[in-house]
Amino acid sequence: MSDKEEENNQQKEETTSKTESSTVEDAEMEEDNLDYEKIKVLPGASEDGTLASFQIVDEDHTLGNALRYIIMKNPAVEFCGYSIPHPSENKMNVRIQTYGDQTAVQVLHKGLDDLSNLCEYIEDTFMAKVNAKDFATEEP
Amino acid sequence: MPELGSNIIGIEEDRVTNTHSNDFPAYSQSLGSAWDLEEFKKKFQLNVSFITERTANFDLIGLDTSIANAFRRIMISEVPSVAIEYVYIFNNTSVIQDEVLSHRLGLIPLKVDPDMLLWVDKTADENEKFNDENTIVLSLNVVCTRNPNAVKGDNRPENLYRNSNIYARDLKFEPQGKQLTTFKDFPVVPCDPDVLLAKLRPGQEISLKAHCILGIGSDHAKFSPVATASYRLMPQIDILHPITGQDALEFQNCFPSGVVGINEKGEAYVKDSRKDTVSREVLRHEKFKGKVRLGRVRDHFIYNVESTGAMLPEEVFFKSVRVLRNKAEYIRSCPIGNLD
Repeated sequence: MSDKEEENNQQKEETTSKTESSTVEDAEMEEDNLDYEKIKVLPGASEDGTLASFQIVDEDHTLGNALRYIIMKNPAVEFCGYSIPHPSENKMNVRIQTYGDQTAVQVLHKGLDDLSNLCEYIEDTFMAKVNAKDFATEEP
Repeated sequence: MPELGSNIIGIEEDRVTNTHSNDFPAYSQSLGSAWDLEEFKKKFQLNVSFITERTANFDLIGLDTSIANAFRRIMISEVPSVAIEYVYIFNNTSVIQDEVLSHRLGLIPLKVDPDMLLWVDKTADENEKFNDENTIVLSLNVVCTRNPNAVKGDNRPENLYRNSNIYARDLKFEPQGKQLTTFKDFPVVPCDPDVLLAKLRPGQEISLKAHCILGIGSDHAKFSPVATASYRLMPQIDILHPITGQDALEFQNCFPSGVVGINEKGEAYVKDSRKDTVSREVLRHEKFKGKVRLGRVRDHFIYNVESTGAMLPEEVFFKSVRVLRNKAEYIRSCPIGNLD
């Protein structure tokens, strides 16, 4: 992602957070198949939104560890960690602390975008390799 | 010991060293760099060594363990496949109990493209839950009888009786509704037709219908599309001091064949470290102390994916990448509420 795009995205996110209530209503009016239960902010987030913990349901170490890695790759992030508080509950908590320039939500969203770009590239590369058929078809 | 920031995990006689990922900006300014897709594209490599009908072996180079492990975990437990879930038994007079037989049936890998079925809606009414879009029906109707043409003196059950052994291939596909056309060219059969299900004796019979649906491995292992999906890190062998003569032969014997070669000067060299099993045998010998260093390359993953036969192994990996991507994109699209 280029710097310019990033800036645009941040601006977009800032406006969304400011007019959160109205956009939520708009979305509800448009189509109400949004999943409101998937991800939530845990109590105790800081006022400015730079320190926050999220709870994601129906996710485990598969996404938790990958997401933690990609969020920690972000230089705006001071700390990121995940935990599964209890093995019988399908909940995964992610803690994000930034240095203060960006909010935890912005950082989380950038992490998710980076992760999907990464997957997209691996997908394309793998597809190209398999279609090239430049490999043995017998086990050596 | 490998130096700080090295990409090699050290393997010593009694310990491993340098095991953590350290390529984070917060770890050290010299080592860590921020996430950059272009940088990743430059570094990332994908080599396929072989793909057969059931097994795929390929290397992913230049990504972190957390991502590599996510693909492995998803292949095992989150890529959907089709298996028998409901068994309706009309008659079973064999010695194998209904529930045991049902369990055995469930574990049979079926050759069905999972994309041809829809998910069963768990909230739907019981009468509307199953239809020709989400369920496949198989039936098993077998009766064991005496063989009137049995050869005298041959006491093997296969000679004395008919249908004494029931195999997976005896399951018959019963297309429902529009499956008559959609599954016309892809009849549902077990991937391995020779799986023994039960043994019968004259007078015993089994009559049942089985419903197959989509599922994922985390719900039940029978839905896992892979027999195994694993990765190992690329082994690295560094010879620090030349090893020659008789020692070179002994050195060679410390590794699986093909790993170490001996050149015309009688000196041992590393021929193909990929074949190494990292048994650490070489570290047990006093004479090689300080002459060799073992390690693994932290970001070089050698995957081995063995499919159960329902899907091609490369398809299983491909789908695992897609699943991870969908997870990220789905959460990205969800509004973040407050926990109350």
